[in-house]
Amino acid sequence: MRLRTICYYFREALQSILRNSWLSVASIGVVAVSLLILGGSLLIVLNAGNVADNLESSVEVSIFLKDEATPEQIKEIENKLIGLSEVAQYVFVTKEKALEEMKQDFGEEKDILAGLEEKNPLPDTFRVKTHMVEQVAPLARQFEGLAQVDEVRYGQGVVEQLMALSHWVRIAGLTTMVLLGVAAVFLIATTIRLSVFARRREIEIMKFLGATNWFVRLPFLLEGMFLGLAGSFISVAAIYYGYFLIINSIQVSLPFVPMVSDRDLIILLMEGLLFLGLLIGAAGSMISVRRFLKV
Amino acid sequence: MIQLFNVTKMYPGGIKALDDVSIRFKKGEFIFLVGPSGAGKSTLMKLIYREEHPTRGQVIFNGKNITRLRQREVPYLRRKIGMVFQDFRLLPQKTVFENIAFAMEITGASSREIKRAVPEVLEMVGLAHKANEFPEHLSGGEQQRVSISRAIVNRPVLIIADEPTGNLDPDTSWGLMNLFLDISQRGTTIIMATHAWDIVSNMKKRVVELAGGQIVRDEEKGTYSL
Ligand SMILES: Nc1ncnc2c1ncn2[C@@H]1O[C@H](COP(=O)(O)OP(=O)(O)OP(=O)(O)O)[C@@H](O)[C@H]1O
Ligand SMILES: [Mg+2]
Repeated sequence: MRLRTICYYFREALQSILRNSWLSVASIGVVAVSLLILGGSLLIVLNAGNVADNLESSVEVSIFLKDEATPEQIKEIENKLIGLSEVAQYVFVTKEKALEEMKQDFGEEKDILAGLEEKNPLPDTFRVKTHMVEQVAPLARQFEGLAQVDEVRYGQGVVEQLMALSHWVRIAGLTTMVLLGVAAVFLIATTIRLSVFARRREIEIMKFLGATNWFVRLPFLLEGMFLGLAGSFISVAAIYYGYFLIINSIQVSLPFVPMVSDRDLIILLMEGLLFLGLLIGAAGSMISVRRFLKV
Repeated sequence: MIQLFNVTKMYPGGIKALDDVSIRFKKGEFIFLVGPSGAGKSTLMKLIYREEHPTRGQVIFNGKNITRLRQREVPYLRRKIGMVFQDFRLLPQKTVFENIAFAMEITGASSREIKRAVPEVLEMVGLAHKANEFPEHLSGGEQQRVSISRAIVNRPVLIIADEPTGNLDPDTSWGLMNLFLDISQRGTTIIMATHAWDIVSNMKKRVVELAGGQIVRDEEKGTYSL
């Protein structure tokens, strides 16, 4: 294709955008908002996953043994743990060790615990970590009924809630995004339809002069793609700067919350959004070009 | 060069614009299509540049059956045909030069070719000095000259002109006719529909008369009416 022809396509597309400037701005705005919501929910999901990962490593199952459990019975439970593939690691904490830890936790006020050495109320305990959070509850259930086991405990609820939150953010974000995305496609289609209408005489003349269908269509396709891309640029810029601003303030005020700050990953996400904007624009103009440009 | 075989054209609503028309136009001919309003002159020309499809019959252009032409081949057919209309059909936001250049841009011509060919045709129609004017600043006759330049700039084998002098005074019309004669003398076939009886009678070219969608007269060196 000749440079002159390419210049022609871009010039025509730009002229149309300026001619329908208000509708162009609206189209760009809707694309920007829908991609902003998509990008925002993706980041929330990403971070919820990250927090869940971190919790995962701190969630463990505690198996409290009965006082009367014999060393053989304890060995039996240990063998069972060794045999389970979901177990990542475990430690056996004797009642003496447990009391020791407790005293350390109490620090200055450890006197309260004085005298407990003679009649230690704490049980012997296995502390078990699984490979994945989802394995915690089933594992706990396997040990709950056993004769020598007194009680099984784990961070019931917290993990499940976090997973549920990330699930709902995903669904809500996706629904809004799809709805807004469809709105964006149709707004772009409307803009392009107006452009086609404004140029109907020109299009007619082009056809008489022997222009191919693609020669007639391409400026409109470019126009739509430009609108989509402009919208996604705005959302990407807003998300990028907004996100790193939020990360920085969280790292100052809530340093223990693990945030995703991998720049390469974020940039990949932004590239995805730009591509999506382009796609929305192309889809919108294709609808109008096909329906209103009977070339 | 162009042959119509038993062509019938029905428009939606049952109007028979052409009724079993067979005719042959030879290369280099200058043909006037005459006849009352609604006779089917425009329709016959539309069949040649594939604006309309015949309901029955075949249209052959340069040995090719264009009734069977696929939609994406139509642009290439039209590039071989220059078209001139009563209402000029120039783009108002483009200058005279740009209007003519546009016809070349569409075919993918290079800047160099455009810069060479456009002044040449403008020179030929006597409008070289108006290259940078906008169409609305030109008289009707001048606008029609621009549209004729645009029609010939891609060196078509055929010119189709539908009442090219319909909106113009007799003097201007004669000026344009001389231009068409020039073009014809270079070997380009010209098919022109017109109601300008004095022009037809004086030019002594082939005259094809239509009435009610049928050919009622076809004479070499004819006049407007019997
Ligand atoms: N697109 C169309 N749909 C329906 N009927 C049409 C259409 N175009 C033309 N006709 C009808 O077909 C007949 C022939 O029309 P055509 O335009 O070919 O006549 P013409 O000889 O060019 O007339 P004029 O001298 O007024 O230009 C007329 O009755 C016209 O009303
Ligand atoms: Mg007509």
